[in-house]
This record gives sequence, structure tokens and C-alpha cells, in this order.
Amino acid sequence: MHQQSIDRREYNITAYTENQVGLLNRIAIIFSRRKINIESLNTSPSEVEGIHRFNIVVVETEDVVRKIARQIEKQVEVLKVYFNTNEDVIWQEMALYKVPTDVIAERVIVERLLREHGARVVVIRKDYTVFETTGHREETDKLLTVLQPYGLIEFVRSARIAIIKDSQGFHHKLREFERTEPSPEVSENDYLNSRDKVFTM
Amino acid sequence: MYLNPPPQPVPTSPETAVATALPSTQPLSGAQATLHALLAEGVDTVFGYPGGAIIPIYDALYDFKEQLNHVLVRHEQGGIHAAQGYARSSGKVGVVFATSGPGATNLVTGLADALIDSTPLVCITGQVFAHLLGTDAFQETDIINITTPITKWNHQVTDASEIPEALAKAFYIARSGRPGPVLIDITKNAQMQKAEFPPYQPCNHIRSYRPRPLVRSEYVAQAAALINQAKRPLVLWGQGVLLGQAEQEFKQFIEKSGIPAAWTILGAGALPTGHPLNVGMLGMHGNYGPNVLTNECDVLIAIGMRFDDRVTGRLDKYARQAQVIHLDIDPTEIDKNVKATVPVWGDCKETLPLLTELVEARTHPEWRQRFRDHDAEEIAAVIQDELFPTSDELTMGEVIQQLNELTQGEAIIVTDVGQHQMVACRYARLNHTRSNITSGGLGTMGFALPAAIGAKYGAPERTVVAVIGDGGIQMTIQELGTIMQTGVNVKILLLNNQFLGMVRQWQEMFHDRRYSFVDIASPDYVTVASGYSIAGRRVEYRPELQAALREMLEHPGSFLLEVMVTKENNIFPMVPQGCGVGEIRLK
Repeated sequence: MHQQSIDRREYNITAYTENQVGLLNRIAIIFSRRKINIESLNTSPSEVEGIHRFNIVVVETEDVVRKIARQIEKQVEVLKVYFNTNEDVIWQEMALYKVPTDVIAERVIVERLLREHGARVVVIRKDYTVFETTGHREETDKLLTVLQPYGLIEFVRSARIAIIKDSQGFHHKLREFERTEPSPEVSENDYLNSRDKVFTM
Repeated sequence: MYLNPPPQPVPTSPETAVATALPSTQPLSGAQATLHALLAEGVDTVFGYPGGAIIPIYDALYDFKEQLNHVLVRHEQGGIHAAQGYARSSGKVGVVFATSGPGATNLVTGLADALIDSTPLVCITGQVFAHLLGTDAFQETDIINITTPITKWNHQVTDASEIPEALAKAFYIARSGRPGPVLIDITKNAQMQKAEFPPYQPCNHIRSYRPRPLVRSEYVAQAAALINQAKRPLVLWGQGVLLGQAEQEFKQFIEKSGIPAAWTILGAGALPTGHPLNVGMLGMHGNYGPNVLTNECDVLIAIGMRFDDRVTGRLDKYARQAQVIHLDIDPTEIDKNVKATVPVWGDCKETLPLLTELVEARTHPEWRQRFRDHDAEEIAAVIQDELFPTSDELTMGEVIQQLNELTQGEAIIVTDVGQHQMVACRYARLNHTRSNITSGGLGTMGFALPAAIGAKYGAPERTVVAVIGDGGIQMTIQELGTIMQTGVNVKILLLNNQFLGMVRQWQEMFHDRRYSFVDIASPDYVTVASGYSIAGRRVEYRPELQAALREMLEHPGSFLLEVMVTKENNIFPMVPQGCGVGEIRLK
């Protein structure tokens, strides 16, 4: 048990938050002040309007992750935080690969590699073609390794998105939440959209 | 994995403001709406300093002189410390105004101090026009990002229509749950914009904010069972008891269970100093008994305290033998430093009566005798010489002892940071709650003088004595000007040892007496005070001390009493850094 507690492993932290300016900074500070590197961070709207969802991946011990999760949940605009190991979530990352089109056209082996890795063409131009794959890190990495000898021009991978396996889902909880305690309207800092109309001296 | 119980309906907080109708028949400026919101929140005093980006609010304030008392400080740091003192003595939210840029950044120390010491504050800063944001405009700083790690919440307002809602949220967040500082940054255009505002609606609910965790009765029952089985239980209490206004509930719990109770410096005063179950101060310069016996108790009951490292010393040597019950309103404090056997989440005003109901009435005579035995050791080794010295030189302890005799524990003692702080906290007699105001978590030198000004505004009927060292007073000495202008009655007891004493003590003990830059020269403080029209006196010899203290206390206005004390006196007992509380040294 003690050995387990000092083991660092990948944890997926899921935070449901209000969509507020500055909240990303508040959350990021919780990691940076403890000198914890964020491996991956994705924010996106959730299935509930006005509620955003953060997926944050860190390599840490359970004890540290538990404390961080509480610190995040303590922020005024955070509704709920969960943390899970990789075994508890379904997760995906997306990767884009830019490869010279002439190589693809001429080298049959490349075409086969792409098929074997389930890559999909996103765009075809005369000078390059962009492929996309989705999967776990090692899957997208594998295609990266095999494409490199064929003149890979550019590669990019997204942050991780994850869904908890063993959960009724947050939506249900939030509906109940909203039913018992209707939320006030959230005010946004929207001056950037209306600079011209903003009063000046 | 669940961190906390699922969200539950939260009862409306009794602390919320009264809804007040704004005069909505005519348009108001954002600045006027700001002041109406403060009045609706029950604010009577604001500490602040004007500047370009907050002029519209000050302009509006010109018409609010009858309803809102504004205290013009001499530096924004003084303003925020004064607001802290006000909040700590009154239990209300302290309010500060500052302008953009340097005005706002001067609040940083006070915000950090208020966050770590859970002091409810609302700071309102002016900001450059919205269309200038991000352009490095004159006196522009990104105060929202600067203060993010040191505020409980902050928000920038760029349109007047947002002001009432932002302020309602600010006050609710600052005062509810574990209190803390909030900063609202209002751009100049938002202050000047005219709008028709609906009646002010106080905030008592925010969807994503749960200030009071749900109390779980099964944990209260488990805690009670542990306490009832305990042979050597010890209570450690902190400021949570004061913040939760649970002093009575705490006293009832202690008296029924008969458990000796020790305090952190921010918890001082929640139980009177003379109470038979009050066994003294915890931590690095705390009392010998509670520190040593922390490592001998079988059940440790922590109430509204956060196991600060100054309290625990080395964690791997801290109370390893004890089962720990931790009562706290802030779930992040549970298991943060010390693993709890039984966590009791919740406001201690709510949880303590539940616990009192379930605990058996006990007296623990043998266990309490252990504390008295250690007290006798400490009195012989440290306290006797400190309070009743035989040498010619005055000690800080005897000054506090004589002050106790004159005030009879009725005064509010505001302390700065350093040796005098530890002496004052150890020896000051406190009969009432909210009588000890000090910078605990951040250890901010320069805190006491402005905080004492604020404390007097927060509790005008009480005597306020600021105990300050010769280092700390020079950090915010300009606030003598605030005293001069406002006529606020603050007693300044300056304990001058001609050193930055605490650093000197560490240099003596741990750095071979290499006194590196701790020898600090002082001005003639009595003359300085006189320059600000503040009466003063300097005392060097014992026979003059009591009369001088009496003169200070009886003087009709503010008074500065400088007492020259032993230069190289050390504060003992002491848990040296890196040691366990059981290794506390008496010399």
C-alpha cells in the first residue's frame, strides 16, 4: 500500500467549470506553484450550456493528485473535479501528419502503412498531403516513427480528451444541481467584442 | 473517485446583505452604483487612496460623506492592512479603494496576508479605460493576473451594468465559507458610464461555489466515539473558531469533554487566557506543555486550524502516535499536511454542537496534571526571568506583563512580526474573542500600525494597543499621518531592541552569531510622533515603565510609547527548524 502511494502514474483530472475569463490561469497556477508539469490540457464546452470541461493529464502520485483536485475544486467557478487513472477512462488524442504528396503517390509502402494505421486523408495538395489518426499516444507515435523516413514535413498532436468509464455522467448531477439551485446569470468580460462602442473620455 | 459529497442545497447564509433599493428613477454612474452597493452591504468604513483611474468613485464619494466613512491612508499597503485590522476586530468585511497600476500593486502584500489568514476583504481598484486594456497604458497593470494566486476570487468589470452583480458576488464570496480577500477591478469608463440599475440584489448563492460542505453525521459519530475512548485527548484550535463565531459552542465542547486545549496564534482569544482548560500556545515559540504533549496524546482534535509548518515542526515527527480528528470548513485542509483519521467537514459552529451532544462528560485530571507539570518547568526555565527579570535591562515580556495588569485583558492587542510578536502572543492576557490581531501565515512586517488603525475603526469602544518592533514600525511608519489626520485613538507600544531581533536570534543560534545586516538604526520615534502631533514618551528604566504605560493608556488620543529593551534577548521555548515538536528547547 505504501509502495503504491509513492508511485507516480498518469492521472486524468476532469474539472467542470463555469466559462469564465481568467479561470484557466487560476487552475494553471495550482500546478505551477507546486512545480508540477502538465502533460496535456484540453478545455472545451461540455454537453451542458455554459459549463466547460477541463481535461488535464499529469504524472503524479495519487496523494498529490487528490490534493490538487481539491485545490481546483476550491476555486469559486469550479463545479466539480474528478481524477482517474488511465484504466478508469476512455481517452483519445488526435494527430495530424503532413507528408510530401509525391512520396505518397509514388511509394506504395507508404500507402499501406497509412491504411494499417487507420489514417484518414484530411487534405491533398500538390506539395503535401495531411493525414489524421486518433488513438492512444503509442498508436499515434507508431505512425509518426514509420512516416519519418518518408519525408514527414510536420506533425502535431492534440491534447487528450477523456470520458470516465464508470460514471452516470456529470450531466445528470448538474441537472439535479440546477433544479435545486438555479444559477445566476454569468457575466462575461466582453469589451473586446465592442471596443468601438465602449465609452471613452 | 469522489472528493467530496455530492452537491446539496445550501441554506441561505445568515451573513448576507440586506436588499436595498437603489434610487433607480434616474440613471446613476457606475461609480455611484458602486457606493450604493457598498451601503447595501452594510459597509460603514472604507480605507483607501485616490488616483487617476479611481477618480470617478472618489468623485461620487464626495456626496456620500455622511453615509460612508473614508479613511485616507498614506500608502495602499497601509490601507489594506487597516482593512484587515477592521475585519479582524469587527468580524465584518474590510473594504479598500486603490487606483490602477502602482496603487493596485501596493495591495499585493495585504492580499497575500489576508488570503493566508482568511480575512474577508473586498478591494476595489480603478483600472484604465477598457479600450486601453493590454496597451501598456499609463498606470496600467494586469492586476487580475497579478492577484490571481493571492485572492479568493477576482473579477474585472468593463461595463457599468456589471457593477452591482460583481460587488454582490464579491461580498458573498469574501465573507462566506472560509473567508478571504476578493478584488474587483473597475475600468474608468465603467465608473463613468451612466445606466439605470435595478434594485440591488445581494448574492447568497453561486452555482459553482459551495462555501459550507455538507456535514456528515457518521463522521461526527466516529469522532465522538474516538474522543470517548481517549485517555489522553488534546484539542488544538485555530482561527476557524473565531471565523465561525463558534466561541460559545467551542467552550461548551471543551468544558463538557474536559479536554485540555491549545491554540495557534490566530486562534488566541477564542477561549479566555485564564480558562482552566486553556493550556497555551502551540508551535515554534509556543508553550512547552502543548508542544511536548502533542507527541504523547492519543487523540488529537484539530478545530479550525490548518497544521501550519510553524505549528507542526517536522511532519514525520508530528503526533505519529495519535488518532487525528480534523474539523474544518475547507475540504482542502483535510489531509493536506496531517492525515486525518476522522475528517469532520463543515462550519464548526454547526459541527461542534453535534459533537458536544455525543461526547461524554469527563475531567481527565491526570492528563491535565501533565500540562501543569510542564508549565512549572517552563515557568522556572523561561517565564519567570522573562516576566520578572532580575537584571537591570527591561525585557519585552515584563512590558507585556505590566500592560496586562493595567488592561486586565480587556484590550485588543495588534502585533507586528518578530520577537515582540511571539512575546505578545505568548504573554498577552485576552479575555475576549477578536482581541489578538496579528499577521500569522505571511508574517508581514509593517502590519501592526495600519492594522491597529483599522482595528480601532472596527471596534471603537475598545482600547487598541499596537505592539511593534523597531524594524516593523519603520516599514509603514507613514501611517502616523493617517492617525494625525483622522484622530483615531491607537496606543503604539514600540519595543525597541535596536535589532531585527528574530533574524538576529536565528543568526546567533544557527549561523555562528554572524549578525548580517540586522543592526537597524532608528530615528527618535518620540520626535517623529511629535511631528505628526502624536504624544509620546521613551522609557529606558524599570521604575518608569508602569507609569508610562498608564500614561499611554489614559492619554485621550493616540500615544507612542517607546520602551528600550534588552538587545540580545532570545525567545524560548523554541522548536528549531527541522525538528519535531517533541524536541522543543527551553534554552
